[in-house]
Amino acid sequence: MATPVVRVDNVVKQYRKAAHAHRFLTLKSAIVGGNLFKALSPSEVFTALDGVSLDIARGETLGVIGSNGAGKSTLLKMIAGTAKPTTGKVTVDGKISALIELGAGFHPEISGRENVFINGIMLGLTRREVADRFDDIVSFAELEDFIDAPVKTYSSGMYMRLGFSVAIHIDPEVLLIDEVLAVGDEAFVHKCLDKIAEFKRRGKTILLVSHGLESVRRLCDRVIWIKDGSIEASGDPPRIIDAYLEWVALKEEGELAAGYERRSATAEIGTAADAPGAGGQPPVGDHSEGADGGESASAEGAGEPDGAGEPTCSGAASNEAPYESGRWGSQQVLIEQVRLLDAEGAQHYVFACGDPMTIELTLQANQEVDDFAVGIGVFNTDGVLCYGTNTDIERFEAAKLHGTATVRMEIPALNLIQGTYYLDLAVHRVDGYPYDYQRGLTRFRTTSRIADSGIVRLPHRWSFAGGIEWKKTPETDAKPTPVHKADREQP
Amino acid sequence: MKHGLSNLFRHRVLIQSLVTRELKARYRGSVGGYLWSFLNPLLLLLVYTIVFTTVFTPPRAEGADVDPYTVFLFCGLLPWTWFSASLTDAANSLIAGGNLIKKLIFPAEILPIVSVLANGIHYLLGLPVYLIAWFIFKPTGLSVHILWLPLVIFTQMILSLGLGLILAALAVHFRDIRDILANTLTLWFFLTPIIYSRAFIQGLADADNATWVPRVVARVLDLNPMTHIMDGYHLSIFEGSLINWKRLPVTLGVAFLLLIVGYWFFDRLRDSFPEEV
Repeated sequence: MATPVVRVDNVVKQYRKAAHAHRFLTLKSAIVGGNLFKALSPSEVFTALDGVSLDIARGETLGVIGSNGAGKSTLLKMIAGTAKPTTGKVTVDGKISALIELGAGFHPEISGRENVFINGIMLGLTRREVADRFDDIVSFAELEDFIDAPVKTYSSGMYMRLGFSVAIHIDPEVLLIDEVLAVGDEAFVHKCLDKIAEFKRRGKTILLVSHGLESVRRLCDRVIWIKDGSIEASGDPPRIIDAYLEWVALKEEGELAAGYERRSATAEIGTAADAPGAGGQPPVGDHSEGADGGESASAEGAGEPDGAGEPTCSGAASNEAPYESGRWGSQQVLIEQVRLLDAEGAQHYVFACGDPMTIELTLQANQEVDDFAVGIGVFNTDGVLCYGTNTDIERFEAAKLHGTATVRMEIPALNLIQGTYYLDLAVHRVDGYPYDYQRGLTRFRTTSRIADSGIVRLPHRWSFAGGIEWKKTPETDAKPTPVHKADREQP
Repeated sequence: MKHGLSNLFRHRVLIQSLVTRELKARYRGSVGGYLWSFLNPLLLLLVYTIVFTTVFTPPRAEGADVDPYTVFLFCGLLPWTWFSASLTDAANSLIAGGNLIKKLIFPAEILPIVSVLANGIHYLLGLPVYLIAWFIFKPTGLSVHILWLPLVIFTQMILSLGLGLILAALAVHFRDIRDILANTLTLWFFLTPIIYSRAFIQGLADADNATWVPRVVARVLDLNPMTHIMDGYHLSIFEGSLINWKRLPVTLGVAFLLLIVGYWFFDRLRDSFPEEV
C-alpha cells in the first residue's frame, strides 16, 4: 500500500462546555488573581474525538459516516488544520484544500474578481497562480457576467459556486469535503461530483464526510464510521454502510419503542362523547375539528352507510391539519397491547420496505359484546391514509367478543416507501361507535436503500430488450440486503 | 517569535491583499470614494479649528509655542486617530473575521496587523491635507527635521501592533474589552499631549508655585508612550526641530518589548480562537 498522506495519530479533541456567563466571572478573577491562562483552561469538557487513529493512503478516497455529533466534522477540522487536537498528532503531507465552508472569507462589499484573488491567496496560492487559473475558476462557477459585481449582490447559489470553484482550483493533494454536496442545485452537484471523480482519477486523496450514503458508496474506496468520537468500524463501503444503517435502525427502534410507552401511558381514554367525531358517530375524517370530515380518511368507514366498502385517501392530504394522536371510546372493549412483529415473531418498530409485518392486538372485553369490528389504518406523516381496512369491510360477521382475544393482521410484504407511519387501531361497533380508538399511538418506520417516491412500492421488476445497455445494474452492485435480516435482539 | 516573523513574511502578499481589501471595502458604495480619506480629516480640522479658536481658547504657557493652534492640534490629532482606530479595529478584528479563523487555515495575527496597517494608510492619506493646512496657516517652509517623521510613525506602528495583538486576543474571550477600550481611549486622549503641548504641562509643573496636580500629570505623561510619540510628531513636523533623542528610542524599545510580549500572549491563546469567536 502507498505511503500515508494523512496520518492521524491517537487524536483526542475536547471542547470546553462552560457557558458564556461563566466567563464574565472569570475576567475579574483572571485579572485579580493573575491566572489568566488557568482561567481560560477548560474546566468542564466535552470530548468530541476520543483517541482516533487513521492513515489515509495517497490516492485513496475515504468516506466518513456517522450520526450528527459523532465527531466527523471535528475530525475533518483537525486534518484541515483549522482546529488543533487536544492531544495526539495530525500530519498531512502536501497541500490540502477543505471544502468545508464554501466562500468563507469572501468580503461582501468587493467584487467577485477581487474576492477570488484574496480567497485564492488565503488558500495558499500566489497572486500569479490565481491569475493563471482565474478564467477556469470563473467559468467553472458560471459567473462570467457577474464577476465584477460585489459579492453581496450574488445569490447564495452563485456565492457557493464561486467558493467551490476557488477551493477546487487550488489543486490540492488532499481534498476535504464536508457535506457540501448536500447543497446546491442538481446540475451543480453533478458538476461537483464530476470534478471529484476527476480528482480521484488523477490520484489525489479525498476525504468525504457525508450523510449521503449513496454518494459515499459510489465514490469511496474505504469508509470509516465514527460513533461517539471514535472509529466504530472501518473498511469496505457496502459492509460499513450496512453496519451503520443497522445501528441507525436499532437506535430508531429504541426511540420508537420509548415513544410508544410514553404515548400510551399518557393518552387518556376519552369517552365516546369526547371523540372528535363526537356523539357516538363514527370517528371518521376527524383529523382537525370541522375539517372536511367524512369520506376520506378513516379505516372505520364501516359506519358510513354507503362509503363503507371503499375507504380512500384521495384529497386527504391537501388540507389536513397535522396528525393528532389520541385515544377515545366507551371502554367496553380495550386494546390492551399492540405489537408489531417481524416474520420470526420478534417485536420491532423499524421494518425494511418489502419485509413482512404482523400487527398484533390484544383485546380485553370488559363486557361481552356481539356487535364489533376491528379496524386498522396506516397513515404517513402527511396524514395521508395509505391503507385502511376493518373486519366488517372484509365481510367478517361478528358473533361474540368476550374475555381476552388476540387479533393478528399479517402483511406478507410491507411495501411502504421509506418513512414514518402512524397506526389508527380501533375496536368499534359496526356502525362506527368506538369501544376503543387509538389514533397515532403506534408508530413504525420503514427503511429502504432505494430512494423511490410516492406512498407504496408497487411490486415490480425491470426487464429490457433491444438496443438498451447499462454500465451498471443493481445486480452487479452490492445487493441491497434488507436491514432487517440482521440480528437485532430488542428494540 | 522568529517563527512568527518568517510566517508573517510568508504571508506578506495576503496581508497586502487584505489591507487593500479593507481600504477598498471601506469606501465601496459611497459617492465620495477615496475622497473621504481626505475629506474626513479636512472636516475634522474645520470643526476643531472653530471650537478651539472662536468658542474656546486654550491657555498658553511660556516656552510652549502652539501657534497657529489649528496646525498644532492637527499635527497630533491625525496620528491619534490612527492609533485609536487601530486599537478599536484590532480588538474587534478576530471577532469580525471569525469566519476566516474558524473555517480557513489562517494565521490569526494577520487580522489585527491588517487593522493597524489599513488605518496607517489612512493616516498617510491624511498627511497631504495637513500640508495644505500648514501652508494656509503657517506659511513657512517645512524643516529638514521632517525626515525624522518615518521613525516616529514606525514607533507608533510597533506600539499599536503590540497593543493590538493583546487586545485582539483578549477581546475574543472577554467581549467587555471593546467597551472598556472605548472609554480608556477617551481618557488616554486627554492624557496625551494633543490638544496641549508637553512643554505646556512641563512648564506648569516646573513653575515655582506649582501644586501637586500638574506635577502628577507631568509624571503620568512621562510614563505614557504616546506622549513621546506625539512629541515626536510635534517636534519633527510642527516645530521643525530635532526629535528627543533619548525619549523616542526608549519608547521604540518599549514598543518592541510590548510587541514581543503581545505576540507571545497572542500565540498562547491562539488555539482557543476558533472555538471562541
